[in-house]
Amino acid sequence: MREVEAGRIVQVVAELCVRVNYCLVEDVLRALKDALRREDSKLGRWALEQVLENARIAREGKLPLCQDTGIVVVFVRVGQDLRIVGGSLEEAIQEGVRRGYRDGYLRKSVVRDPLRRENTGDNTPAVVHYRVVPGEELGIALMAKGAGSENMSGLAMLTPADGIEGVRRFVVEQVRMAGGKPCPPVIVGVGIGGNLELCALLAKEALLRPVGERNPDPFYARMEEELLSEINSLGIGPQGFGGRVTALDVRVKVAPCHIASLPVAVNIQCHSARHAKIRI
Amino acid sequence: MAFVGLHTPLSEDEVRSLRAGMRVLITGVLYTARDMAHSRMVEAISSGEPPPFDLEGQIIYYVGPTPPRPKFPIGSAGPTTGSRMDPYTPKLLALGLRGTMGKGERGKEVIEAMKRYGAVYFAAVGGAGALLARHIKDAELVAYPDLGPEAIYRLYVEEFPALIAQDAWGRNIYRYP
Repeated sequence: MREVEAGRIVQVVAELCVRVNYCLVEDVLRALKDALRREDSKLGRWALEQVLENARIAREGKLPLCQDTGIVVVFVRVGQDLRIVGGSLEEAIQEGVRRGYRDGYLRKSVVRDPLRRENTGDNTPAVVHYRVVPGEELGIALMAKGAGSENMSGLAMLTPADGIEGVRRFVVEQVRMAGGKPCPPVIVGVGIGGNLELCALLAKEALLRPVGERNPDPFYARMEEELLSEINSLGIGPQGFGGRVTALDVRVKVAPCHIASLPVAVNIQCHSARHAKIRI
Repeated sequence: MAFVGLHTPLSEDEVRSLRAGMRVLITGVLYTARDMAHSRMVEAISSGEPPPFDLEGQIIYYVGPTPPRPKFPIGSAGPTTGSRMDPYTPKLLALGLRGTMGKGERGKEVIEAMKRYGAVYFAAVGGAGALLARHIKDAELVAYPDLGPEAIYRLYVEEFPALIAQDAWGRNIYRYP
């Protein structure tokens, strides 16, 4: 049975928190450069130029990409034959977030209670999702999710009769209503199926896929392309300043569901997509 | 498309001469405030107390920066979503506030109040907090230190880039207001 020290997990999580907030992921950077080539709105181009220059400045390691360094969302794949020693897995993850946000000069954006709103002061607790898998693996995917785009996300419990057309209408309308608020060009995570909570989780997990990687099922790959093209014809453009690039990508993730249900969730990700995956 | 240089404080005439779609470079003072600071300010005003700073001619920048590193005046400091401040903004515009700055479109009541009192909404580029921080030369605490990143600061800025997104005549650059 493989053993992993809790202290090692603390260190890895802390490093990931800092890295994602200073270094924009390569595929998003490429997509933004490509967006600048395609965009013909003057104000849209101006916004994209600032975003690209911003990524260059942040990479120097002194100023985070965005002041909203997010609430941390962690997806953990933990092998059933793996043993964590010297502490609990959950506490190691939270301690990693605490250290990363302290040492990396990142903003503490979490309140202890949703209505009484007292800041916890260390950006914990992170939202952690666990999946137990066979073997000895320990995989951690971490994202720093800002609220500007999260607030523009939504879920609808459609019915089977609404079908693909109902899903399409909901997704496009959600992005249209969000306008310039979620910092377009956005990445749109779409969850279809499952139940209420699984559907939302699918939409979030979809955001971890690299830009341009299509759903392996050709049916959904086509749907992603059609949604992307429809969203980009809305004219919202970078920052809502107008233009042809409103979204960099649309990813659909699906799951089986009840015979009476058709849940659909849209999780919007701003252009500053901050996430990373690691195996320990 | 050239940039218009603006120096704070702004007069009503100056603000009414600005048009949606113009790009500006702001030099002078910006006051920071976001959700919690707005709630407190408006509560103070409603109970007859003065706001924590004189609003006349000023611009409020919706930002909650990251902590500054040693020798830096501020951390990353880009705009947050403006519409979350919609419930509070008309009350501040009535007291002479001439500008607000954030990202994304504002609601009808704010647009109407901007026309009535003579004020504009600036959009700075969201997610460009590192770049925008370089235009901030100093930051001084004004009120509500207990709010941490949400406290009110007076920022001294040089050629801070922004766009007139919604002007004092009801015009706006957003497609779906």
